[in-house]
Amino acid sequence: MIGFVLFFVWLGFGGDYVWAVAGEGRHAFPWLGVILTLVAIITVRHAYKTGPEKVLWATGAHEIIDAQTDSERQLVNVVEEMSIAAGVPRPRIWLVPDDDPNAFATGHGPADAHIAVTRGLLRICDRDELQGVIGHELGHVKNLDVRLMTTLAALVGAVLLVRDGMGRMMRGGVPLRGSTRKSKDGGPLLAALLVLWILSWLIAPLVTQLLAFAVSRRREYLADTMSAQFTRNPLALARALEKIEGAAAPTMSIKRGTGHLCIADPLGRRFTNREGWLADTFATHPPMGMRISRLKGMGYAQLKKEGGLVG
Amino acid sequence: MWVLLIVLVIAGLWVVGAYNGLISLKNQTVNAFKQIDVQLKRRHDLIPNLVNAAKGAMNFERSTLEAVIQARNQAVKVNASGPEAMKEIGQAENALTGALTRFMAVVERYPDLKATGNISQLQEELSSTENRIAFARQLYNDTATQYNTKQQQFPTTLVAGMAHATPTELWEIEAPAERAVPQVDLSGR
Repeated sequence: MIGFVLFFVWLGFGGDYVWAVAGEGRHAFPWLGVILTLVAIITVRHAYKTGPEKVLWATGAHEIIDAQTDSERQLVNVVEEMSIAAGVPRPRIWLVPDDDPNAFATGHGPADAHIAVTRGLLRICDRDELQGVIGHELGHVKNLDVRLMTTLAALVGAVLLVRDGMGRMMRGGVPLRGSTRKSKDGGPLLAALLVLWILSWLIAPLVTQLLAFAVSRRREYLADTMSAQFTRNPLALARALEKIEGAAAPTMSIKRGTGHLCIADPLGRRFTNREGWLADTFATHPPMGMRISRLKGMGYAQLKKEGGLVG
Repeated sequence: MWVLLIVLVIAGLWVVGAYNGLISLKNQTVNAFKQIDVQLKRRHDLIPNLVNAAKGAMNFERSTLEAVIQARNQAVKVNASGPEAMKEIGQAENALTGALTRFMAVVERYPDLKATGNISQLQEELSSTENRIAFARQLYNDTATQYNTKQQQFPTTLVAGMAHATPTELWEIEAPAERAVPQVDLSGR
């Protein structure tokens, strides 16, 4: 988050510097820098505040306040059980009307958390598996991942917006020619700075997106592990992941920007199942096979330890 | 001279951090223990409902039902405090768990009984309650273990005396027979 603001400060003040040295429209006060910094701070605040609502609204989820059917009641019970295991307050529970199995968590932290599951998940998972999935989501809640991820989701959109606005301003207002010509006087340092600055602008959205991906992938493994710690039953989560993987259909109601919040990539992207640097850079989730095999590893280690009692 | 001062300040900051860390863990442990109580209370409140619902449907198997009621009343009565509390509560609750397990096994045996909506709903409630208790204990044990480990480890152990940190007991299942009781799968399949 701070990185994001600093990045904008660099974009703004860097621009001012280039402008000032290049001698285009001399302004003593670094307007661009100040404005962009303010924009960045406001965006971050706004994204932080309204993120959860937006995410939930975008998926068309409705909150379960008074459970009606048996499966809803079971869901509420499972969530309450797992929040006891995790030692966090009970989050608010939402149901997404979608037949594809998936789940996600959002919110600002343990005190203000939301967990949403799709109808499809309730249909295909038994009680133990549901426990594993909810444990995974509560792992995200407890790690404060939800705060980070939800804000990142809102930021990716914001950066795109600002970039487009700036691009229009530059084309319409100040001719870039002027500054490049003048930069000869300023020396190669200025030219390098200018190139770097323009490059930063071009890659800004990409950087934010990649940041979201990188954060997301590492956190998935951690949340899987925490789920195993809460339920003491990693094999159930492994089974649930296999079922979710088997369903494969894209989750229609979960949009692209929020993909990294979910337990499984809602787009069912091919990336997710591959390894290698491309997948490592662009996938929001680690390969499902890797996650399942890690969980199974935990499960068998546990069985081995208890082997004296069982066998 | 300066070096000494800096070292002192760093040491002071560390002591504050370690002390506060221990206190925070201690309070978490206490809170986790209270959570078990909350869940046990919930179970005690649930059982009368369960018994009432089952009474009409099962005039047979009276003894099973009565065993549950008795175990429940026994567990409610235990109001001990102090170091002995955990042991007494544990015994009463384990007896109740045993009675409930037998009761659920009986319910499983009569599909007609299970078919009545009320019972299957109560079954879900009951299995959830059992899970809650188990998870509350698990959280307590995890937190207490963390607390115990922290206060025994060097160098935090140097501050343990100052924070009045003493190892807490873990919640254990005593009777080997209890250990053998399999977790009843009551998921309404």
